[in-house]
Amino acid sequence: MSALITRRALVGGMAAGAATLLSGCDRLSANEDFRKILFSADNMHRWTQRALINREALAREYSPADMSPRFRANGTRYPQTPFYLDMSSDLFARWQVKVGGLVNRPLSLSMPQIRAMPQREQITRHDCVEGWSAIGKWRGVPLKLILEQAGLRDTARYIVFHCADDMGGGKVYYESCDLVDAFHPQTILAWAMNDKPLQVAHGAPVRMRIERQLGYKQPKYVTGIEAVSSLRGINGGKGGFWEDVAGYEWYGGL
Amino acid sequence: MDQIEMKDEPTGGDLVRRHRLSTRIWHWTNALCLYVLFCSGLGIFNAHPRLYWGEYGAIFDKPWLELHRFGPLWTLPSYYSLALARRWHLAFALLFAFALLIYMLWSLANRHIGRDLAFRRGELAPRHIAADIWNHMRLRFPTGAEALRYNVLQKGSYIFVIFIALPLMILTGLTMSPGWDAGAPWLLDLFGGRQSARSIHFICAWTLVAFFLVHMVMVVLAGPFNEVRSMITGRYRLPKGEAA
Repeated sequence: MSALITRRALVGGMAAGAATLLSGCDRLSANEDFRKILFSADNMHRWTQRALINREALAREYSPADMSPRFRANGTRYPQTPFYLDMSSDLFARWQVKVGGLVNRPLSLSMPQIRAMPQREQITRHDCVEGWSAIGKWRGVPLKLILEQAGLRDTARYIVFHCADDMGGGKVYYESCDLVDAFHPQTILAWAMNDKPLQVAHGAPVRMRIERQLGYKQPKYVTGIEAVSSLRGINGGKGGFWEDVAGYEWYGGL
Repeated sequence: MDQIEMKDEPTGGDLVRRHRLSTRIWHWTNALCLYVLFCSGLGIFNAHPRLYWGEYGAIFDKPWLELHRFGPLWTLPSYYSLALARRWHLAFALLFAFALLIYMLWSLANRHIGRDLAFRRGELAPRHIAADIWNHMRLRFPTGAEALRYNVLQKGSYIFVIFIALPLMILTGLTMSPGWDAGAPWLLDLFGGRQSARSIHFICAWTLVAFFLVHMVMVVLAGPFNEVRSMITGRYRLPKGEAA
């Protein structure tokens, strides 16, 4: 009998405890100091990966047979800004990718120029932060070649990608990565997917592929590549649109 | 003579040292981690409540399991926020993984694994296991000095959790990280792809919930006050035998 009461008390206690814990956790999530600790795990994961993983290690490349029958598009499907609509009206013939910031020779690359550079083709897995994955084939210019052509200054520490998709509320999509990922052999400015020019839903005319990071770190509709010494002064200061507005990790390799 | 025997072999009713400090610290750290990881994990799952086998799997592909989103009593945070759920999950994943690693090394050093967890000769004999199952079914638990040792079912479940289920959670978790997949591509081969790893991670999480529920039932049946005290202070009152 006493065991029965204890059991009942325990089950009730567990349910009440769980609810208390949960509301406690919600309150903790809103606490500025606690958030700082919670959010610092991002850096610890990055340090662990940078320390334990070969910085040149390649993301797995698959065979054509492994490809997803249909590659899901996510995020912006068709930017509705006057600029983008104007550019898409003649199939991006006037699209330019400006390379600037802390570089010795700022560049403005047209699509024919981008296609004329040495290319890399890779069949890789795209991992969305939501949990799904899709395998597709990408073709583009290694970012390393573009950055070498522009010549990075010694003070450059990050590469910021500016995009043409307006996210509403006066915010545009942008992303950034460190120089380890920027110079990684699989990091390409891609203009073709699955043997066709990039579709609008997938980022036409050019998007980034940074294969060791999650999908939101691979911006579409790239208009500018900027070398900077700090991410602080740019937009929300956290290095990317989703990082700024929702608190996603800046390092997307996890 | 009697006194010496008492010292060597404590009997029912004695208050004895039961759990080491390392075991107690790890037990409660782990309890906290598993709670946070499970609830935040369901919060992450809610972003795409479908599971697949293989390398890829998205909205156009066929899932082997599709669920509704888990409600606010299940997830952390209780409202839908993939970003915050990930922050909780990834922060506590570090604590969980390193705590397990330290506990394993510490338990190897203080011979907890060798003395208390490893099966002894004869314990794995079918007759012995059958007898232990029969004792459990009759809710007959060891008394006196016998209660100082884990029985074979206990050992089996602790070994399964510590050396199989928890490492499996960590490894399948790492397989979902594109950074780790580049650094350790054998993870993808081990689990048959990233989406398979995600499925195994999910199944394994529920297996741990099942362990937790059985664990709770056993604690209640064995005497919750004594059991919880032994996991906090390390002191345990040896149960008296019925005949004694």
